[in-house]
Amino acid sequence: MKFMKEFAIILSITFLGEVVKYLIPLPIPASIYGLVLMLGALKTKVIKLESVKNTGKFLIEIMPMMFIPAAVGLLEAWGILKPILIPVIISTIVSTIVVMAVTGGVTQFMIRQEKGKK
Amino acid sequence: MKDMLCDSVFFGVVVSILTYQFGMYIKKKWKLAIFNPLLVSIIAVMILLFVFDVDYESYNDGAKYLSYLLTPATVCLAIPLYEQLELLKNNIKAIMAGLFSGVLISLSCIFVCSLLFHLSHEEYVTLLPKSITTAIGMGVSEELGGIVTITVAVIIITGVLGNIIAENVCKLFHIEDPIAKGIAIGSASHAIGTAKAMEMGEIEGAMSSLSIAVAGLLTVVGASVFANFI
Repeated sequence: MKFMKEFAIILSITFLGEVVKYLIPLPIPASIYGLVLMLGALKTKVIKLESVKNTGKFLIEIMPMMFIPAAVGLLEAWGILKPILIPVIISTIVSTIVVMAVTGGVTQFMIRQEKGKK
Repeated sequence: MKDMLCDSVFFGVVVSILTYQFGMYIKKKWKLAIFNPLLVSIIAVMILLFVFDVDYESYNDGAKYLSYLLTPATVCLAIPLYEQLELLKNNIKAIMAGLFSGVLISLSCIFVCSLLFHLSHEEYVTLLPKSITTAIGMGVSEELGGIVTITVAVIIITGVLGNIIAENVCKLFHIEDPIAKGIAIGSASHAIGTAKAMEMGEIEGAMSSLSIAVAGLLTVVGASVFANFI
């Protein structure tokens, strides 16, 4: 019973995200609308943390597996990817490493600065 | 045998889950970043489809139910974020500074690479949203006149790559603060990277979830400006 209720709440919020996306069609996916709705509901205690926590953590735990089908779908995109493969791969590797390093570096630097002030 | 596998409703899901478990087992045995469960699983599924001559469409007929859970799972990322809300408030300046510079660097990086490789405007805008989550990235690419299929492919490659290298990049660049780690991983490799951040810790996971949303939105604005450069 517990999991059914939790899953019902999560799917309802997901659906509400779709409704809001329909009403406010910004270039934001329904999932992000849903995330904001869920955060708002938790913050205002409309939904208690306990009534979504178990199922939510389960869904997050199995999340990596949900990307397998889309990634296997790269097989289908191979034809159009092939002609620009080298520039795409190099740009991807370089920018992913640089973005991760710079973002982490800046955030960490700022956190330590703030701590130093206090 | 082939017909049976093609018709099966459960083959796609089972083969995805089992290869992922196999990937986890390998990773436990040899602790190397390249034995990433997600990567192992993707390659193993590709090989199995090839060996049993099952086309992607038949596989995805079953496997799509895994993708179906992605939207509710993304909604649930609000849960760890809610649990770390205090931490977010106390470090809001540092976090926003990190996210802004991350998005700016991502767009600049693509700009420089595109210049180096003499990419066309179409190819350039196709790559611009590569670091953000698929659903937002597709929209950006379409809006700017990119090739959406390639954008999706590049976004997935970026995510899987980020998932694989996250731990090593953090170590290499001495990023030790869990907030900084999470912001870095989420900005560079969206939800697929966030899956790794979740494994690293609750704070990392929550901050990475936050980055998916904020970096995604900042990129929508930033990419429309950068699109005019080539």
